[in-house]
Amino acid sequence: MNRILSACGLAAGVLLSCAAAQAAELNIYTYRQPELVKPVFDAFTAATGVKINTIFAAAGLEERIRTEGAASPADILLVEDVGRLQNAVDLGIAQPIASPVLEKAIPANLRDPAGQWFALSQRARVVYASKARTKIDAIAYEDLADPKWKGKICIRSGQHPYNVALIAAAIAHMGEEKTLEWLKGVKANLAKKPSGGDRDVAKDIAAGVCDIGVGNTYYMGGLINEKDPAKRAWGEAVQVVLPSFKGGGVNMNITGAIVAKNAPNKAEAVKFLEFMVGPEAQRLFADANYEYPVLAGVPVNPTVAGFGALKPDTVGLGDVARRRKTASELVDVAGFDN
Amino acid sequence: MSRVADIAAGWRAGRDRAVSPGERALVSAALAAAALVALPVVALALLATGGASALSSIYLTVVLPRAALDTLLLLAGVGAMTASVGVGAAWLASAFLFPGRALLSALLAAPLAIPTYIAAYIWVELLEPLGPVQRAIRAVFGFATPADYWFPPIRSLPGAILVFSLVLFPYVYLTARAVFMLQSASLLEVARTLGRGPAAIFWRVGLPLARPAVAAGMSLALLETLNDIGASEYLGVRTLTVTVMQTWLSRNSLPGAALIACAMLLIVGAVLIGERRMRRDRRFAVSVQKPRLAEPIRLSGARAWLVTGLCALPVLVAFVIPVGFLAYEAAQAVAARGLDPAFARQAMTTVTLAAVATLVVVALGAALVLAQRVAPSRATLAALRLSTLGYAVPGTVLAVGLLAPMTGLDRMISQTLAALAGAAPALWITGSGLGLVAAYAIRFLAISVGALESAASRFSPHLDFAARTLGRGPIALAREIHLPLLHPALGAAALLVFIDCLKELPATLILRPLNFDTLATALYEHATRGSFETGAPQALAIVLAGMIPVLTLARRNVVELDPDELARER
Repeated sequence: MNRILSACGLAAGVLLSCAAAQAAELNIYTYRQPELVKPVFDAFTAATGVKINTIFAAAGLEERIRTEGAASPADILLVEDVGRLQNAVDLGIAQPIASPVLEKAIPANLRDPAGQWFALSQRARVVYASKARTKIDAIAYEDLADPKWKGKICIRSGQHPYNVALIAAAIAHMGEEKTLEWLKGVKANLAKKPSGGDRDVAKDIAAGVCDIGVGNTYYMGGLINEKDPAKRAWGEAVQVVLPSFKGGGVNMNITGAIVAKNAPNKAEAVKFLEFMVGPEAQRLFADANYEYPVLAGVPVNPTVAGFGALKPDTVGLGDVARRRKTASELVDVAGFDN
Repeated sequence: MSRVADIAAGWRAGRDRAVSPGERALVSAALAAAALVALPVVALALLATGGASALSSIYLTVVLPRAALDTLLLLAGVGAMTASVGVGAAWLASAFLFPGRALLSALLAAPLAIPTYIAAYIWVELLEPLGPVQRAIRAVFGFATPADYWFPPIRSLPGAILVFSLVLFPYVYLTARAVFMLQSASLLEVARTLGRGPAAIFWRVGLPLARPAVAAGMSLALLETLNDIGASEYLGVRTLTVTVMQTWLSRNSLPGAALIACAMLLIVGAVLIGERRMRRDRRFAVSVQKPRLAEPIRLSGARAWLVTGLCALPVLVAFVIPVGFLAYEAAQAVAARGLDPAFARQAMTTVTLAAVATLVVVALGAALVLAQRVAPSRATLAALRLSTLGYAVPGTVLAVGLLAPMTGLDRMISQTLAALAGAAPALWITGSGLGLVAAYAIRFLAISVGALESAASRFSPHLDFAARTLGRGPIALAREIHLPLLHPALGAAALLVFIDCLKELPATLILRPLNFDTLATALYEHATRGSFETGAPQALAIVLAGMIPVLTLARRNVVELDPDELARER
């Protein structure tokens, strides 16, 4: 009987340990993997003494915050794509934050005019090219549809948020019709069905399955500095080319955050955001994650600097977020993922 | 079952009997279990209203038909492959004696311990251009690059069929083997006397008799294929379930996603009901007298080793190779980075959660089955059928469906506590592991109900009549006769539910409390960053923990193993 009781106690301990949130804590719902943000979280806790609790998921956190309503423990939602960030705002789960620190640190194009979302770091969606089989100095996104690449391109699913954002930017530049043509052209050039992730693109290029591909900058930063020699070899086989839209620049996307409407620890949440755009956290984002800082004056990591001088696209993030649904539809019309 | 129900119902109608409190409690528990499953389904249906406008015409004319076709092809492929491998292995392992039979019979069930998303990762690693297989091909034949030769891409529909079938065929193997092992000797002897060889006996006698069991095993394998997201997406196959996710995430249309999910659920429900109707008029019951069991045929020489080889092949391909690779990756990961300091806590959380959920699921399953047996009514029958729907809902969709009712309940509890004790508002269900227990119960109730229902259907109605004649009420009948008889089935149900709880990922991700990591969620964090190998220790732990119940189940004494007990047919 005692054993049964202690088993029940144990089970209750494990299952109920998190029932109530404590003060001087910050609850973060995140789509960014904890391992990527852990160094910055730890630095925040060390600097402020505020303990951070997290839930990581790949989907559904906005719905969760919305249905939890007034009782929601969520203070911050950390999102890895501007479209999803805007969607969170549209769902009404964010609250406007007026903070001179944030407004000073983050350029106006990297935050919501109404203060409902803020970018914390940036990345570029670029072309990975085989060092052995290609020689590219410059390339436009439009060129990916050039028949000379027939059977030579690898890319992840067109419906992935990163690609949807890229295609949304393309719509802003070329209009729907031309973007559809472009998508069909890229589709015709694919070496294999869209699948896997950006790291797989680098791997496939290293393996000789394709010559060029599309991926985010920080994956390449990670691969080039990878400790495991087998994986470092993928990074070393690939040259990063910063492409641009004709008449524009490199497609950028952000990791950003909202403060939840019913945040129980709003003061800590704002403090957290302010810390995230401070020099220390921005350096961590740049060096540990190979992302582009949002705070002016913080240098990018040398590996990332080696990709070349960044000329961000002229299309604004809000524009990208707005065209996301259309972009997703074009992917289907083009049969991109088939 | 239905005949028992008819008789019992008539009996009740004839006598205006007072309903005892125990009986009322049992029936209430059964109805509560069904209500629990109905919660997310109703919530989904509510979400889906207005979903139609979110689905553009391109969606209805191009995307959905294509996804439906791919889904059908995937299901057809997985169905054919699990059935042929599962039935073939089951027949060989039960009809013949050959070297290594005991070990192989158990190990043939082992692939069930590998979650589909882990299997997908392993097979991609093994078979992609930089993997060991293609490297060896290039080394042997002197090819310079993968462009110089053709190799079937693993990230494809056929690749997905292979990956799913390799981990799901044990469902069919277990159910079919249980039937083959209980085969009545006289049937086989008649066939043999009539001059049929072993092959003809298999096709003309063994297989037809095992049909319900094979169908039950296949339906589990197919439902699991249908509700999968992780593996399908990783392998580049756009099933309806993957489409539901994309509708929701890329189109910002939860109503649209809910609508597709509801449509899928209707189809699944129709298929399940259809399958049940088809079987209604046939009886596959073993005879009332215990039949003389068929003795396996002793093989010798080359034929014996051939059968050993045939049974070893699926074990090798579906289990030894992938788990060996996983063990290697786990060792590499630990050597490079050490074991994740949170590992012990993750393992503890996983096992505790799975154990608690298993207890709940088996108890609710027993309540549903016993209520229908001793106090049958339309309500209990409806509850029984409804309870199995949860397994057909993709985990992520189920989780989203559960959010609204659970947080609603949370609000009620919170308000009550505030009024009574002035407690601060808190999320007692979603903020704790209780929400997860409920989600697991809804997802896996089908498994325990299926196992217990088919076991109970084999108890002779005479037992019930005898007990009632001796003055036992319905509750005493359930407690003194049915529960002891159900004992082995309860164990089998618990083992299967436990494995599924260990493996559960999508609902856990969305519904878990803050700082709450299971082995599967920890693995998933690494996987979504493209470094699955970092999570290999967690993946291996899930597989090893799942193997204990799988092997226990496979080795269980044939005599106590009722054929349909594993069949979990619905």
